[in-house]
Amino acid sequence: MTRLLFRGATLSSGERTDILVSEGRILELGTGLNDAKAELVDTNGLLALTGLVDLHTHLREPGFEQSETVLSGSRAAAVGGYTVIHAMANTSPVADTAGVVEQVHSLGVEAGLVEVRPVGAVTAGLAGEALAEIGAMARSRAKVRVFSDDGRCVFNSQLMRRALEYVKSFDGVIAQHAQDPNLTEGAQMNEGALNSELGLAGWPAAAEEAIIARDVLLAGESGARLHVCHVSTAGSVDLLRWAKARGILVTAEATPHHLLLTEETARGYDSRFKVNPPLRTSEDVAALREGLRDGTIDAIATDHAPHPLESKETEWQAAAFGMVGLESALSVVHAAMVETGEFGWTQLEAVMSTQPAGIGRVEGHPLRIAAGEPAEIVFYDPEARSEFEASRLRGKSSNSPFFGMTLPGKVVATVHRGRLTVKDGEVVEPSDSKAENGMVTNG
Amino acid sequence: MRHLLSAKDLSRETAIEIMDTAEGMSEVAGRSVPRLPALRGKTVVSLFYEDSTRTRTSFELAAKMLSADVLTFSAKGSSVSKGESLKDTAQTLAAMGADAVVVRHAASGAPKLLADSGWIDAGVVNAGDGTHEHPTQALLDAFSIRRRIRSGDSTGTALDGVKVLIVGDILHSRVARSNIWLLNTLGAQVSLAAPATLLPRGIEHWPVKIHFDLDRALEEKPDAVMMLRIQSERMHAAYFPNPREYSRFWGLNDERLHGLSDDTLIMHPGPMNRGLEISAAAADSSRSTVREQVANGVSIRMAVLYLMLSGARRESQ
Ligand SMILES: [Zn+2]
Repeated sequence: MTRLLFRGATLSSGERTDILVSEGRILELGTGLNDAKAELVDTNGLLALTGLVDLHTHLREPGFEQSETVLSGSRAAAVGGYTVIHAMANTSPVADTAGVVEQVHSLGVEAGLVEVRPVGAVTAGLAGEALAEIGAMARSRAKVRVFSDDGRCVFNSQLMRRALEYVKSFDGVIAQHAQDPNLTEGAQMNEGALNSELGLAGWPAAAEEAIIARDVLLAGESGARLHVCHVSTAGSVDLLRWAKARGILVTAEATPHHLLLTEETARGYDSRFKVNPPLRTSEDVAALREGLRDGTIDAIATDHAPHPLESKETEWQAAAFGMVGLESALSVVHAAMVETGEFGWTQLEAVMSTQPAGIGRVEGHPLRIAAGEPAEIVFYDPEARSEFEASRLRGKSSNSPFFGMTLPGKVVATVHRGRLTVKDGEVVEPSDSKAENGMVTNG
Repeated sequence: MRHLLSAKDLSRETAIEIMDTAEGMSEVAGRSVPRLPALRGKTVVSLFYEDSTRTRTSFELAAKMLSADVLTFSAKGSSVSKGESLKDTAQTLAAMGADAVVVRHAASGAPKLLADSGWIDAGVVNAGDGTHEHPTQALLDAFSIRRRIRSGDSTGTALDGVKVLIVGDILHSRVARSNIWLLNTLGAQVSLAAPATLLPRGIEHWPVKIHFDLDRALEEKPDAVMMLRIQSERMHAAYFPNPREYSRFWGLNDERLHGLSDDTLIMHPGPMNRGLEISAAAADSSRSTVREQVANGVSIRMAVLYLMLSGARRESQ
């Protein structure tokens, strides 16, 4: 296996160091390191963060391979600086059995770019009626720890309670897509003055908050772990803050798009901005940022949701919900949180890497960049600045809301299991790197 | 005017210009040969994804009276109903050389998508989109009010100080939305009377006064009362207990009709549910503008098409 010597990176703490990587681990930190056998990578001026971890990725395989595959989604993740992604269960067939999660897991291993951790469905077929094979998925080779019906809410209170209790036995977590289906029938965008003007049916904040309120009470009673997906309203942040203060085991994620964009983007009826939960108001954005800053929200999750062109090139009401986000996430959080002075790189590293890894009980993920830790690293140029373009995407779909926006930063390199999966901003496939390694040895 | 997508975006000057032009057009309708050569050689397509014979025929008649060629693309039986995308249809219409497309669509924003997409170069007239807007309906309502209230020559005037009360299902009404914006632009004072279930969220930020009691609202002596249609699908969705209660609380019944002053206008965008939101006597009273609204509709649509298509030729042609 290659030895890599990264010369002159800056850690999130601000410390400057070289990083020597070997056998999938960080061997040594320090300045002026030398290693005759190592491939030298110049990382001067680059920030080195622990590899990013996404708790919420829609990879679409099996079933919707025209939108994304495990391989194409892995590429998108790698160029976004991710080393671990959690593949949501709403595939076809649904990931509700050991067979499906093992299949997705193996496809991830085959792609070899990031660790693909399947999320198991909470209910069979996402139908909200009976529990899926939760235990079998947990014990499978995929070692599922996160369970979610994402795309749908586990609405039945009794079933939600049982699911929370059941996953306790193997330290699993239920990741809830909090949306009261009755309050959001036909909903198209945030409910408020703007949806009324545009004539698009409203998605009220109460539909999210009512479910979160119920779920934290259930989690509190059962002592089980609850994770709230894509928190989008100021009221939700308040509820979570209340629950955490009471010691309830709840964690929460926010998406990059909810931290930067508002409902105002709906004005042009451009369905690239149609997403579920919907983009909210600037007050909600401010509350999410505050929640992330003070620890009420634990993680950034992309909710990367690829859709083919024809699902978006249409009337708003007919268009699919969702946006791709893996390739833009780090830059967007940089813009929304770091450039605005909300927090610094250590906190960004926590919410984009170590905390989501903890929530997902990811094994083999570093706690920090230090000798002896697994070599999962992203090298990021914080000084770069460019207009976000389709050419930055590596997934199969192009439904990004960020095209045309000038965003800071650029992922230059990603290291996963001690191997460069991204070099000079381009994906390095496992086969390429074998060839390269061969050349190094011959030389 | 390149497109007519919403009443909200209409300036006061443009709205008055459209009404003044419509005034001239209404004279044409009275002639023995009711036809102007103004749009000879122009092609107007009516693209209706929702059935609406009234609005469609009004536009088509308006186009024909201006000597335009009219192509009807009705949703039923065409490729449109077979799931063809708006994009494909737009490109087909572009290939046919459409100069203007009059579009009615169940999806809010579909006309704007058509206008902004670059799929077609034609001018787009919104003939009603979802629960968003129906700007020509608002123009013809304002025009009808202006003609009645400003007896004699109303040319050049707006509706400053005129009090208009809109009653009923504001939440689902594109007509109400367009009227609220346009009437405000023209200086009128708009009040709404409806149960809270049928008012949109955030309505307190709109330039309107809200009443939860129709009789109180009528005490303010509005110059015009506009009754909105209650659609049958609202009857069973808990917006109100039942049609009887709705009619009793929110309908313009005979008792309320008799309480109105003689010069209060009664309006309805049609089609009416007689006996539900409006009594037969109210609908047929001399104060009702319902019938002249139809004729005014043709004049307004002639004016819109005329102002859109007879101006300077677009660069691309
Ligand atoms: Zn979701």
